[in-house]
Amino acid sequence: MTDVRIIEQFLYREARLADEHRYDDWEALWTDDALYWVPAGSDDADPMTRMSVVHDNRNRIATRVKQFNTGRRHSQTPASRLRRVVSNVEVLGPDGADNPRGDTVVEANFVLVESRERGKEIWAGRYTYRLRMVDGDLKMSYKKVALVDNARVLPTMSFLI
Amino acid sequence: MSPSYDELIRPDRVHGSLYTSPEIFADELAKIWYQSWVYVGHVSEIANPGDYVRKNIGPQDVIMSRSADGEVHLLLNRCAHRGNLVCEAEAGNSSSFRCPYHGWTYRNSGELLGYPFPEGYGGRGKLDLGLGRVPRTAVHEGFVFGSFAPEGISLAEHLGDAAGEIDRLVRLSPEGEVDISAGWLKHRARANWKLLAENETDGYHPQFVHASIFSVAESGIGALYSEKSEAVTRAFGHGHSENDLRPEFRRLGKPLGWFGTTEERMPDYVAAMRRTYGAGAQEILVEGAPHVMIFPNLFIAEIQMFTIQPLAHDLTVQHVTAVQLKGAPEMNTRMLQQCVGSVGPAGLLLADDTEMYERNQVGVAELRPEWLDVRRGAHREYVDERGLTVGGATDETAMRGFWAHYREQMA
Repeated sequence: MTDVRIIEQFLYREARLADEHRYDDWEALWTDDALYWVPAGSDDADPMTRMSVVHDNRNRIATRVKQFNTGRRHSQTPASRLRRVVSNVEVLGPDGADNPRGDTVVEANFVLVESRERGKEIWAGRYTYRLRMVDGDLKMSYKKVALVDNARVLPTMSFLI
Repeated sequence: MSPSYDELIRPDRVHGSLYTSPEIFADELAKIWYQSWVYVGHVSEIANPGDYVRKNIGPQDVIMSRSADGEVHLLLNRCAHRGNLVCEAEAGNSSSFRCPYHGWTYRNSGELLGYPFPEGYGGRGKLDLGLGRVPRTAVHEGFVFGSFAPEGISLAEHLGDAAGEIDRLVRLSPEGEVDISAGWLKHRARANWKLLAENETDGYHPQFVHASIFSVAESGIGALYSEKSEAVTRAFGHGHSENDLRPEFRRLGKPLGWFGTTEERMPDYVAAMRRTYGAGAQEILVEGAPHVMIFPNLFIAEIQMFTIQPLAHDLTVQHVTAVQLKGAPEMNTRMLQQCVGSVGPAGLLLADDTEMYERNQVGVAELRPEWLDVRRGAHREYVDERGLTVGGATDETAMRGFWAHYREQMA
């Protein structure tokens, strides 16, 4: 599964669903063994022993989405206006020691502008995805977001990054 | 010329300008942050000789270091020559700090070791200079506090009865020690630091600010902060306070019930606790962790620990990490993952608290009605056997205790 055009289309769709707060559609992109990870302190701090900004297994991704859907997630009510650009896409193949299913590893850069009443924030970093075909649909089993400023003071970031 | 704090702080209300005035913020730095005992860091962050970590007291950049003899030092990150930063790294291990500007070097205990081209000063060892230091350092159960006041009350006097809550946390470890080295999230709030400090033991807000997560996560936390809860809010004096949740956990009567788990699921931990504490282990395991705010900047919320760093009247950084218990690996994994889910910029709980702080900061700048109301539950407070003021689970007893102490400090 290395057709770069298909992979890019998946990344753009995932980005658009997150930007537009289409939570259920976004959640449907995940496999059952999902991991959504935003490291803190450095790009590779061990999430089992070190603090992360986000470290959601499939269960917690579902909880996060359910919380949005209550309409009372104050930090996203009203929701941030978001648009992100995903670029520099590299298909790295099925490598990786902790990638037992042989998922396709893809990396990409992103820049995201967030607008809220309190002001504008610019978020940037590098995404790492693991993608897998499940019953004919492309899904993601892993998304890591290495923020350029993950060792610094961050404002609230409760939207889907 | 300071404002009249007696005018601004009344028993049942406090004035909005306390949160919005840059002059009052400058006054607070002088009278509280550069005076009082302030929590700086934990000894586990500098476990070995030579270890150092950059911490803070308000806007001050403080290096917490451990010298070869094992002593803990709180040094200011400022070269005695031209005032440059001597330490750029967030943490590390070194016997000395070398200023990159002109090469002056200092021992990790602060003494000046040398300077290049010494003849310009008449030779080596001619300068009576060193890194600035926080004049007083004291440690309670591994928790390191500093005070910029050369003299004053001891840390033990400052902590008073709140020290017992730190002790309760430490006792949850079968080795009697916590580890605070899982790394920190740094979360910005465009809000006054007191909005954070007051919120930490406000038992009135959880059912509203956190309704979204309580309704989807099958958490028992919400019920602890209801009108029917037997939990209490207690003011310890010196501005410290707690939500004492033990009455609810005792009612539940189950070891680790406070943590949403059971002894069967944590067998190694429970066995280790019973080995260490014998018959006393049952009470420790049932009563759980404290929920205590230590004035002005340390907040222990059961399994997570926050420090509050004020930077301006409307800008604060919350530093937060997971408490880890020495000798309890199966607990630590779960504590860390639960903490990561709850706190920080994307936390299922703290993102919403922080949203409230920021909206609150905008609100308090509105001109009318000028005041914030802090009277909730004043009519039903009582004094307990220790002489401490106690209110209901959702009462503003803690805030009133905070303000009474604040007024004394600012007088």
